[in-house]
Amino acid sequence: MIQSGEKPKVKKHIIEEWTGKIVTSLCIVLLVVTIFSMVYFVATKGLSSFFKDGINLGEVLGGSKWKPEGEPPMFGALPFIIGSFSTSILAALIAAPLGICAALLMVEILPKFGRKYLQPAIELLAGIPSVVYGFVGLSVIVPLYRDLFPGQGLGIAAGASVLSIMILPTITSIATDALAALPAGLKEGSYALGATRWQTLYRTVLPTTMPSLLTGVVLGMARAFGEALAVQMVIGNAPHIPNSLFESTSTLTSVITLSMGNTVMGSMQNNVLWTLALILMMMTFVFVFIVRWLERRAQR
Amino acid sequence: MSAKTADKIATAVIITLAGFIVLVMLGLLGFILVRGLGHISWDFLTSAPETIKEGGGIGPQLFNSLFLLVLTLIITVPLGLGAGIYMSEYAKPGKVTDFIRLIVEVLSSFPSIVVGLFGLLVFVNVFGFGFSLFSGALALTVFNLPLMVRITEQGLASVPQAQKEASLALGLSKWKTIKSIMLPIATPIILTGTILAAGRVFGEAAALLFTAGMSSPRLDFSDWNPLSPMSPLNPFRPAETLAVHIWKINSEGLAPDAPEIAAGASAVLILMVLVFNLLARFIGRLIHKKFTATK
Amino acid sequence: MQNVALSTKDLNVFYGEKQAVKNISLDFASREVTALIGPSGCGKSTFLRSLNRMNDLISGAKITGDIWIGDQNINDQKTDVVLLRQKIGMVWQRPNPFHKSIYENIAFGPRYHGIRDKKKLDQIVEDSLTKAALWDETKDRLNRSALSLSGGQQQRLCIARSIAVSPSIILMDEPASALDPISSAKVEELIADLKREYSIIIVTHNMQQAARVSQKTAFFLMGEVVEYDDTSKIFTNPSEKRTDDYISGRFG
Repeated sequence: MIQSGEKPKVKKHIIEEWTGKIVTSLCIVLLVVTIFSMVYFVATKGLSSFFKDGINLGEVLGGSKWKPEGEPPMFGALPFIIGSFSTSILAALIAAPLGICAALLMVEILPKFGRKYLQPAIELLAGIPSVVYGFVGLSVIVPLYRDLFPGQGLGIAAGASVLSIMILPTITSIATDALAALPAGLKEGSYALGATRWQTLYRTVLPTTMPSLLTGVVLGMARAFGEALAVQMVIGNAPHIPNSLFESTSTLTSVITLSMGNTVMGSMQNNVLWTLALILMMMTFVFVFIVRWLERRAQR
Repeated sequence: MSAKTADKIATAVIITLAGFIVLVMLGLLGFILVRGLGHISWDFLTSAPETIKEGGGIGPQLFNSLFLLVLTLIITVPLGLGAGIYMSEYAKPGKVTDFIRLIVEVLSSFPSIVVGLFGLLVFVNVFGFGFSLFSGALALTVFNLPLMVRITEQGLASVPQAQKEASLALGLSKWKTIKSIMLPIATPIILTGTILAAGRVFGEAAALLFTAGMSSPRLDFSDWNPLSPMSPLNPFRPAETLAVHIWKINSEGLAPDAPEIAAGASAVLILMVLVFNLLARFIGRLIHKKFTATK
Repeated sequence: MQNVALSTKDLNVFYGEKQAVKNISLDFASREVTALIGPSGCGKSTFLRSLNRMNDLISGAKITGDIWIGDQNINDQKTDVVLLRQKIGMVWQRPNPFHKSIYENIAFGPRYHGIRDKKKLDQIVEDSLTKAALWDETKDRLNRSALSLSGGQQQRLCIARSIAVSPSIILMDEPASALDPISSAKVEELIADLKREYSIIIVTHNMQQAARVSQKTAFFLMGEVVEYDDTSKIFTNPSEKRTDDYISGRFG
């Protein structure tokens, strides 16, 4: 403490404290600025198709015809929106039971086997790059579906199959945490009443952990919704609404991936692609919002 | 159906599905390795790709991936450490901190293609870095930063409160305490997490399509001057990474042996990810031993 | 009372809504051992932790009142806590040596406070370890990890670490309660020695220990000080019935 009369001088440790505070604050400020500029840039770019090019929002969201080079050009993005939602929802429907069963096995049924074989398997799945998934999907799943079902094998089914394996680790790890965090008394109470293991799981464990399990499923779906390359490789990339799960179609991410590089910045088609990117971004907000809501439910 | 029968059936179903997952993993791994390993040779790993002829390699792509990873880590690690330290040690609980947490969560949920598009807009065009390794590294930094922040926070949270108090009670400043007492203890967790994150960066492609670009200039591997345009070390040249290469040859590959190249490159990618995973475990264990050793 | 090392005036500590320490005004004599006794949860550790502003680390803790060292009120927001903590050492219930070598554990503080000369540091390490009665046991293995020491040795190392930055006051929070009886006895001996140079405030659960090592004793109950007097008086002829009940084991 500085005594009165003594000349105030800045001490070494005070400079040090401020250095630390300022340096770390700068890092966090940079992070925050990045996020805001990201939203700002994508939003301004994405909205310019409406404000500058005068395209109707209803046409983009509701139109089913995508003919950017046609006369007049048509920018109906409904096929892509349907493609994105159907692949990600279907992927979540496949992966959710698998992931939750894997978690049940690891926590409740065979913890030893689970930790030794299942856990590493799932961790490895989490580490495999998405282009590799796309490659395997293209070389295995697509030919398989071509043989089994009418059509080229490309399409929503192939996309959802590849995505379901990709999002399995997300669902499994969150489900595992939720199940492991369950108080032991809850299960013991049920067993004490003479319930079998399945009755206990079904009536007590699953309902209690449901919000957390759903959190995992939604996070997985969000990941599937935003995945670009793996889907693009197996979806077929035809810009229309398919009649079956085995018919070529497109998603928001796949059309952006394919067309962004081939269009001129500032052109009408390019701007509409940015609008699609903006839709992807808005969906991220929606997913985060749902996850937060589920997490609050889970804490109760 | 009696409760006992239902229990047996349910257990069987769960075990079957879990077994199915293991089979899928083994099948996936087996497929890539069986198809790909045969194609891997020294020549394949070092020679340049061919566009329409057979026998192209992945040398430049492999180099680009590694170089880009190094560049990304150089930018990400200090930023992530700083931001993580702030969140863990300096941020006061309250609305602002909650809000920062929320937006960091949002950033970590953004699809990587959106991050790539942001990179195209800002790093490539506004800042004028063009399609370059540097733009790619910045995009990957954006993509990876939330994870790095979380890893740092976890690492610091693992430091016993008693260690922190002991240092502060000696009259050490908070910053010195963080640097000299807390970070060394948090290092195993931070390092392990960073290596795993590196594996993720190594396999990332969507964020790079429109930032690092989809092509490489002809590289002169005898020119190590980072400023010359043909030098592999020039961070301002476009660079196609291994993951992007796999995507490209699958969607528009013209070489007759494109499937084999894709398989070989995928196997290399998987092996690298495996190496990162094993390395993370190994180093984590090693440092843990060193810190708790009773030598 | 002779020289006062530290005194508190109307000290209150709140954890959120809950008041853990109520209106405590105490004078601590310099170069004496003062014991703070009382049942668990009576606020004695909380009180001790406010004396070097350690409670600042706990979010939601609020401290009101004055803590005086000389003419400086250390519970003032303007107080430089870093300088303050150098003057007040602290030892915890569980030994918490740094994950560094024995030498580094001692030298870390002084080096930060500006002593760079290797010879001087060596001297400080030797002196501190000697004062903590640990020099003979460790002089041949100063570069080994501090975690290789036994629990009792680690605790003496922590005491050595705190005296290495030459404080005038040492706060001890049940320093012997996690140790075996022999190590515990050694730490007690050490405390008796240290009071020649330092003013020591020690929180303890162990009544015999308080009686053995301290000159003054304060009895805490539910956040208040019931009685504060010479240790001999507290343990033989307390003026308060509640003190007598606690000491003779009728509750607590």
